[in-house]
Parts: sequence; structure tokens; C-alpha cells
Amino acid sequence: MAEPMVVVDDLHIVYKVYGAGGDRGTAATVLLRVLGRKTRGSIREVHAIRGMSFIAYRGDAVGVIGRNGSGKSTLLRAIAGLLPPEEGNVYTTGEASLLGVNAALLDDLTGERNVVLGCLAMGMSKQEARDKFQSIVDFSGVGDFIDLPMKTYSSGMGSRLRFAIAAAKSQEVLLIDEALATGDAEFRVKSHARIQELRSQAGTVFLVAHNLEEIELTCNRVIWMERGQIVKQGEDVISIIDEYIAASGGAGIARDPVTRARIKTQTLDSATR
Amino acid sequence: MSDPKTPLRDREEEGGRRSAYGRLTSGLRAQGTGRVVSPGQLLVGDVGTADPDADGVALAEYALQHGLRPSAQRPTIWNYIAQLWRRRHFIIAFATARNIAMYTEAKLGQLWQVLTPLLNAGVYFLIFGLLLHINRGIPNYLAFLVTGVFVFNFTQRAFISTSSVIPTSLPLIRALQFPRASLPLAYVIIELQQMVLSMVVLVVIVLASGEPITWYWLLVLPALLLQTVFNVGIGLLVARLGSQVNDFSQLLPFLMRTWLYVSGVLFSIGTLSLRTHRWLIVLLQLNPAALFITLVRNALLVSQRLSQPGAQPYNAAKCHIWNTLGHQAGASTQYQYDSAYCHPYANPDYFWYYGVGWAVLALLVGFFIFWRAETRYGRG
Repeated sequence: MAEPMVVVDDLHIVYKVYGAGGDRGTAATVLLRVLGRKTRGSIREVHAIRGMSFIAYRGDAVGVIGRNGSGKSTLLRAIAGLLPPEEGNVYTTGEASLLGVNAALLDDLTGERNVVLGCLAMGMSKQEARDKFQSIVDFSGVGDFIDLPMKTYSSGMGSRLRFAIAAAKSQEVLLIDEALATGDAEFRVKSHARIQELRSQAGTVFLVAHNLEEIELTCNRVIWMERGQIVKQGEDVISIIDEYIAASGGAGIARDPVTRARIKTQTLDSATR
Repeated sequence: MSDPKTPLRDREEEGGRRSAYGRLTSGLRAQGTGRVVSPGQLLVGDVGTADPDADGVALAEYALQHGLRPSAQRPTIWNYIAQLWRRRHFIIAFATARNIAMYTEAKLGQLWQVLTPLLNAGVYFLIFGLLLHINRGIPNYLAFLVTGVFVFNFTQRAFISTSSVIPTSLPLIRALQFPRASLPLAYVIIELQQMVLSMVVLVVIVLASGEPITWYWLLVLPALLLQTVFNVGIGLLVARLGSQVNDFSQLLPFLMRTWLYVSGVLFSIGTLSLRTHRWLIVLLQLNPAALFITLVRNALLVSQRLSQPGAQPYNAAKCHIWNTLGHQAGASTQYQYDSAYCHPYANPDYFWYYGVGWAVLALLVGFFIFWRAETRYGRG
């Protein structure tokens, strides 16, 4: 029997947005509101996830697809425990983490300081951060730029370093949110290999990507979301993706067997290297 | 443009199902209604399974059976403290990084860390020392003033920066899992780092104003420690307030200005001559900002220690002289020390106890209140 790693039980997530209404502008409307003892009209609730249930098992790589605003990133944040459920719950082994440390880094600081800061932010000890330092710098390939402020980096270099830091820590449940499309062709292969490596170390992987081919290649299960609900999910990745493409009116994926085989072997090669 | 909240689900169905299955473990908040069932009897919120053992089990129970825990669960308060302790290196690195980043754009760079308090002191020297000649009967008024300004600034800046720490750190909160109290803590550490540099400037000013170095100076350290603990406490408190009441940051400047004026930064509360409102003066003296300012002043400034009421045995005649002549504009320095012969409003011997009390109280209350909302800060 497969071991469950993530159980999502009838999950609802609600965001509160302030200042969304148009009635905030004039003093008169505010005064009326205060006098009328009405609650603030400008708070709007956005119901981002409306009742999702599923189980992900050890060894699963789950692709999450759907249009912009369908709640994919919110779902990952909820699994990582970063957003409290309005109703329902998410159960994990306690080691679910998003891949990404961008928010903890400061562009004014040198790459070097950011590597350490990022590692500590992900929960590494000081010693671990020191141990990983060289491999992170090597992987990112920023070279001598490491002692310059990150704002002096080209955008490619910056995203390479960010990815290198984020991918330095292996997780039991790994949540990847569109992290793959970074850097040049060479780095994409490299980062792809690194993600495969993390996947093999992780129990379960969730992948949000607009690149459907990526999902087809890496995932054994797929969840199609629309307006915060599951439209379809299952292990029949190719047919669900085709259905999704048909529903959103996009062009289909050209499944050229030669190219696919090449990408797969490439990533496997560099993963084992 | 309104998006009415969709009814979460058909309540009747929910209630019916709960009673019919009765498989919900008590003690868990925000439990869903999903179950693991075999295909063919799936309802909304259920998950299909091929495992006959799990058929019909509530999802929540199924998860707990397999050793899974709610992902957004608040840790116990002791666990929370342990988590914070494990994150101590991150907290310090984060604070230092932000402190450094603050001045990287400036040409003079890190020098501003010292220049800012220096310029602050310069402004006060210009206005109060050179232009106005105001001393309100206080000996060594410039050192008195600058000490008050620096000490008050520490609490004020900690207060203001922590009040917006949750909204400004939202991207970080929504990306990484860590005890959220790390953020207000780091912000107070930033202010502490700046305060330490301010103290260096302060020491120079105090020496230049003619105060001698004494053993009492060592008392600055425990005073600052207490103030830091106090700042952490109110920092945690206002961080929670600021995360939930957006209007709080608009109100803050007025609060801080009022606090500045009632805390004896510009004048000496202990030598006010409002005899009819004795309780009010005691209240002003014991407010935490005034208390920490007094503790630091008494440690650094001999002139303060010797001139505060109660420093000498009560002497009605001398006290009367101070009350009448000492307050006159441009009064001679010979009257300034006479305030020591008056009765103190609040006994200065107890100030250290009050300081400890404020620090501990603020820390306990602030920590508890911040911890209560631990899982909710990501919601925004």
C-alpha cells in the first residue's frame, strides 16, 4: 500500500484584500460609513481555493495545471503551511517546502552574503550553510561576481544564483512553482537535472508550470484546476493535458518522440553525473 | 465590482454526513468533510481509493493514521520558543543584512550609521544649546537632552518599524516556513545595532559636556538590556496589531509624539512643580520610556544623579529656593542642584525594579499575543 505524504481534505482558502472597493476615495463616504456603523466596505474576500480533496503518495510527482488565477500557487502555499485554511485542512509530514528563496534575499547585498542568508532562511544551520556555500556558487556559475552586490548581476545571473540557493536543500515534500524557466539553455538543462535529483531525494513533488511539456515529462499525476476547484485529476497525464489544451483553446503539444527522448536522456545523464 | 463569497458548501449535506459517519476526531480545528471511498460512491470532497481498508474513512482520520499533521498548525508555546532559538543565526543574519543594505545606496555608506545620531545631536545642540539657552533648571542640559533623545529614539524606532513588519514581509512569509516572531525580533535587533552606535556618539558628547567617567557608567548596559527586552515585547505586540489593523500605522506618529512629550525627553518630570497632581507625575515618571531614559541618565550623568529629587535629605528651604528661583529663565547654576533637596514623587531607588517589571511584562504579553496568531500572518 502506498504511503500518503500529503492529504488535502476539503480545503478552502480565502484571501482578504483591503482597499479593493471604489468607495474609499472621498472623506464623505468614509464619514457616512463611520456614522452608519457599517463595516469597512473596502475589504473584499477572494475565495482562492474552494473545496479541494486529494491524496499524494510517496514517489508521486504531481503536476498542477490551470489558467492564471486558478489557485495553483495558493494550493502550493497551503500545502507548505504558509496560508491558513479557511475550512478543511492540509496534512503533511511537516517537511513541505516551496522551492524558492527570492523573498529572503536583498539585492543590495553581495551574492556571498545572500547565499548565507538564503541558506539560513531555509532553515539550515550555520555549519550547513558554510558547507554548501562552495557547491552553490559553483552550480550557479556566477564566478567572481559572487562578491559583488546582486543588483549588479544580469537578470540571468541573478536567477541562476537564486535557483542554486533554493535547490541546495532537499525536502521531503518539494513544491516547485514555475522555477524551471530560468537562465540560458545550458543552465536549464543543469537546473532540470538538479530538480530530478531533488525529486529522487524527495518523497513527493508538486510542480506548477505553464510549460505543459515539462509536466508531461516529469509528472506521473496531474491535477487540473479551474477557479479553485479540481476539474480533473489522475494518472492519465497525457489525456488530461490534451483535454486542458482543448478547453483553453491552445495549440496542442507536438509530441515528437525523438526530441522527447533526447531531453529525457540529457537530464538523466546530468543527474547521474 | 463585487465577488460575493460563495457559500462554502451545502450545510445541510455537511451536517447529515457528519452525523451519519461520525468519524471526525475531536480536538482538530477546521476539519474538512472529505473521505477516502471506493470509486462509485464519491461525493464532492471525497478521494477515490483502491485500498479496501481505507474505504469510508474520513480524510482527516486517514491522514492522522499515517502520521501526517496539519500543515498550518500552531506550535505549542514551548516548541515555538525552541524553533526561534534554532533560527537565531537567521534572525541575526537577517537583521545585519538589512542594516547593511539600508546604507548601500549612500555615497558615505556605513558612515551614516554614526552620522545620523551625530546630526540628530547637532540639531538639538544648535537649537537648545546655542539659540535658546533653555535649561529649565536642569544642570548640563545638553547632555540631559541628547541622552533622552537617543534612548527614546530606540524605543520609538523599534515601535514604528515593527508595526509594519508583517505587511512589508508578506512575500517572505508566503514563501518560507519559519517562526514569524523572527521578523519583529530581527527588526528590534536592527534598532539595537543602531542604538549601540548611537551610544558611542552619546559617550563622546557626554564626555565633551564635562561629565566624568564613573563606575556608574556600567549601569548603562543593564538599562539598555531591559529596554531591548521591553522593545522586543512591544515589537511583537504592535507587529500583531499592525498585521490586522491597517489604520494603526496612520495613528502611530501621533501616539509616538504624545509619548515623546510625556516622557521627559525635553524636560525633567521629577522636578515639575505641579504639586496638586502628584499621581499624574508619578504616572509620567513610571511610564516605560521615561523610566529607561531616567535609568540611562542617572548612569551616565553625575549632574543628573546629584540633582534628582531625593538625592539629598529633604530640606524645605533649599527646595523652596529651587522651586522659585531655579525655574526662572536664565537662572544661575547655583540653584540647579537644589532640586535634590526636594521630596521625590516616585522613589528613584525602585526604578530598577519598575524597569525589570516593564520589560518582563511587555515580553510575556507581546510574545503570547503574537504567538496566538502565528498561522494567520500569511493571509495578509
